[in-house]
Amino acid sequence: MYAQMIKSTGQGVKSDEQMTEQERAFQARIDAGEKIEPKDWMPDGYRNNLIRQIGQHAHSEIVGQLPEANWITRAPTLERKANLIAKVQDEAGHGLYLYCAAETLGISRDELVDMLHSGAMKYSSIFNYPTLTWADMGAVGWLVDGAAIMNQVPLQRTSYGPYARAMVRICKEESFHQRQGFHIMMAMCNGNQAQKRMAQDALNRFWFPALMMFGPSDKDSVHSAQSMAWKIKMNTNDELRQKFVDETVPQAHYLGLTIPDEQLVLNEDTGNHDFTEPDWSEFHSILKGDGPCNVERLEVRAKAWEEGAWVRDGMMAHAEKRASRKAAAG
Amino acid sequence: MDHAFEFLVRQGDNVLVLGHRLSEWCGQGPVLEEDIALANIALDMIGQTQLWLSYAAEVEGANRTADDLAYLRDAWDFRNVLLVEQPNRDFAVTIMRQFLFDAYHVPYLHALESSKDQRVAEIASKCRKEAIYHLERSSSVIVALGDGTEESHKRMQAALERLWPYTGELFLSDETDDAVAESGLAPVLNDVKARWLQTVQSSLKDAYLQMPDNDFAQIGGKSGIRHSEHLGHMLSTMQVLQRSYPGAQW
Ligand SMILES: [Fe+2]
Ligand SMILES: [Fe+2]
Repeated sequence: MYAQMIKSTGQGVKSDEQMTEQERAFQARIDAGEKIEPKDWMPDGYRNNLIRQIGQHAHSEIVGQLPEANWITRAPTLERKANLIAKVQDEAGHGLYLYCAAETLGISRDELVDMLHSGAMKYSSIFNYPTLTWADMGAVGWLVDGAAIMNQVPLQRTSYGPYARAMVRICKEESFHQRQGFHIMMAMCNGNQAQKRMAQDALNRFWFPALMMFGPSDKDSVHSAQSMAWKIKMNTNDELRQKFVDETVPQAHYLGLTIPDEQLVLNEDTGNHDFTEPDWSEFHSILKGDGPCNVERLEVRAKAWEEGAWVRDGMMAHAEKRASRKAAAG
Repeated sequence: MDHAFEFLVRQGDNVLVLGHRLSEWCGQGPVLEEDIALANIALDMIGQTQLWLSYAAEVEGANRTADDLAYLRDAWDFRNVLLVEQPNRDFAVTIMRQFLFDAYHVPYLHALESSKDQRVAEIASKCRKEAIYHLERSSSVIVALGDGTEESHKRMQAALERLWPYTGELFLSDETDDAVAESGLAPVLNDVKARWLQTVQSSLKDAYLQMPDNDFAQIGGKSGIRHSEHLGHMLSTMQVLQRSYPGAQW
């Protein structure tokens, strides 16, 4: 997902006896569905886990602007251009809400950004794939935003108040993005031969990377068990992936596109689709930094940050000067 | 020459080209808030383009759409001023270009609200609401960065000097400007210039920036006679899909 393979305490979920009284009271609040707010006491593990998760999610929104920004200057109509600018702008806004949510946990945006640039923090694997044709703007909205929604809708009920509230705002916009992407796909699929070819090619390239967004199976992961006990993760990766496949397959049929998986079949017994797992070695190599666009994506972000330093410094200096002028004027 | 069509295309092309330039920043702004603000202005400008070019296409009556005008004309048929097609270069040039244009756009649109043409007046009124916000924003950034640090001041002054020769074209009347002023479609440019100058002088003063005392003007954009080399490259990117797949619906 936008946050993949988040490490928790690594210790597994503590039993009632292992918890301190404070920890037991904390867990009881979570179990009762209460929201934890920034000023409340929380275990260090909970705080650190959330910083990793929200930070990675924020970075994904920011880096996630780039594959789509790649087509803004080539959008084929004024309306498509406006829609795509609006979408990329929304993603920047999502990044902003999430950095603000992370800041309530005691870490600054600058610290988080430094960790992104140094490689200490990751962003979603999906944004390390290139966008090669206009149909990719359709596929990204339809599949990538679609997958994000699967994960983020349940997170509206997450235990940490600022994160849950950020998710409520974000989800509204994500479903709009998904529809917009689907409409682009529809226009392509109703278009000429070249456009149909672009649409199928985009699905071929984005299908498995979209499945990877949910992360490898975590049914035996101690990290996930702890995150789920704390309600900062609401479903297992496999549950969400299955849901995504089941919802997406009929949409692909409607578009007249073929999902690039010969094993894909509706299982009459379970009512779910059986499908081929993505290539997890590719996933791990992307996390290591070897995806097709890892180097470029980080380079663009780091360059924007470095070249923007004089602007940030200038604005800061002006704010300080203005404050001291005001003070001097009494 | 149909002066009304020419006039409308000038309005549309200015915001199309500038909106496109701003959109080149998406995802790469110096700070998240500026990234969002630039995208927001780009978005407004593409929306304004649709209003102006749709009306231009109607007035022309040749069965073209706003998209046809945007995507299927070559550089010599574009009628934007040279200022807006100048490349982004650094953030200083981008925001200075924006300020110099906004400071013109607001009073110009204001005057257009009294156009004899009802439709022009309506479009102008809608656009001016947005332009006022753009000007507030660009002027406050100019002031902050002109004041800011030694480096930010130096960059802003350099940007101002680099762009200054492109401001004259905004106010140099040509045959079309005279004709639309005459017919009551648009204001006399000289009247707008006084208000532009007032805004520019006062913001530059607050920004501790020195207004160049050179009134040399580069011209050729709004007449289409001599655009810069940059416009052709912009259009080759912007128009690539419409040119490569003629007649396709997107
Ligand atoms: Fe988003
Ligand atoms: Fe989105």
